[in-house]
Amino acid sequence: MNNVPLSGYLLLALVLFCIGLFGALTKRNAVIVLISIELMLNAVNINLVAFAKYGENPGLTGQIFALFTMTVAAAEAAVGLAILMALYRKRKSVHVDEMNHLKQ
Amino acid sequence: MTGEVIAFFVLAIVAIMGGMLLLHLSNVVHMVVALVFTFLAIAGIFITLSAEFVAAVQVLIYSGAVTIIMLFGIMLTRHDDVSEKKQIKSSTLLAAGGVGAFFLLMFFAINGMSVSEPATNLHVDNTKRIGELLYTNYLIPFELISVLLLAALIGAIILAKRDDKQEEKP
Repeated sequence: MNNVPLSGYLLLALVLFCIGLFGALTKRNAVIVLISIELMLNAVNINLVAFAKYGENPGLTGQIFALFTMTVAAAEAAVGLAILMALYRKRKSVHVDEMNHLKQ
Repeated sequence: MTGEVIAFFVLAIVAIMGGMLLLHLSNVVHMVVALVFTFLAIAGIFITLSAEFVAAVQVLIYSGAVTIIMLFGIMLTRHDDVSEKKQIKSSTLLAAGGVGAFFLLMFFAINGMSVSEPATNLHVDNTKRIGELLYTNYLIPFELISVLLLAALIGAIILAKRDDKQEEKP
């Protein structure tokens, strides 16, 4: 066992993705839900970079895609936080359960 | 056991522990600090995958910028510390079952994969080659992502801005 096989990296990414998915589905605090989504995107980045080294056609393309994913994730965090601020100003709460404007 | 394998296992354990702490802690600030460890460990994982530039960007953007912006989001909103009740709800069980099924499905898919030889020359002039690729092959996505960042910046400012006119009216 000289170096880590591809499946090791994929399993780590899978575990992190499942943790993020569970957090996003069960946590009631909207900030924590946003952070869980960041964790899921990060797990996908591990997959992209791992396939850039161990895939069928190794090359730098996977790393560049990981960079693009990070940019989109940063933009998503900024816009998500801004929406949360606007919502908090109206409702004085960041609980996901109470965000049911569209239902009423 | 080579050094690479040991480094991978240590980093993987730190990353998963950070994620587990995110699920188990009750204080929101502690959750974010636990996730900083996960982000840093993932940066280390990127280095073992010979992606130095992506690792540097990971440290800068995730453990720096995203964590700080989340801490700002926590401090600008009110959080009652005893928010989460400890009793297990049925929706939690349903989510756990779904996530577990997804995990098993992907686990067997990963186990059935064929492996090929790793690339060996990725770490040579990593940053320089990424920069050259970004300005030749991926020029249009690069420009589009800058437009996206500008749109996100303006959108975030407009969304978070206090609309004074509505407050002055009554």
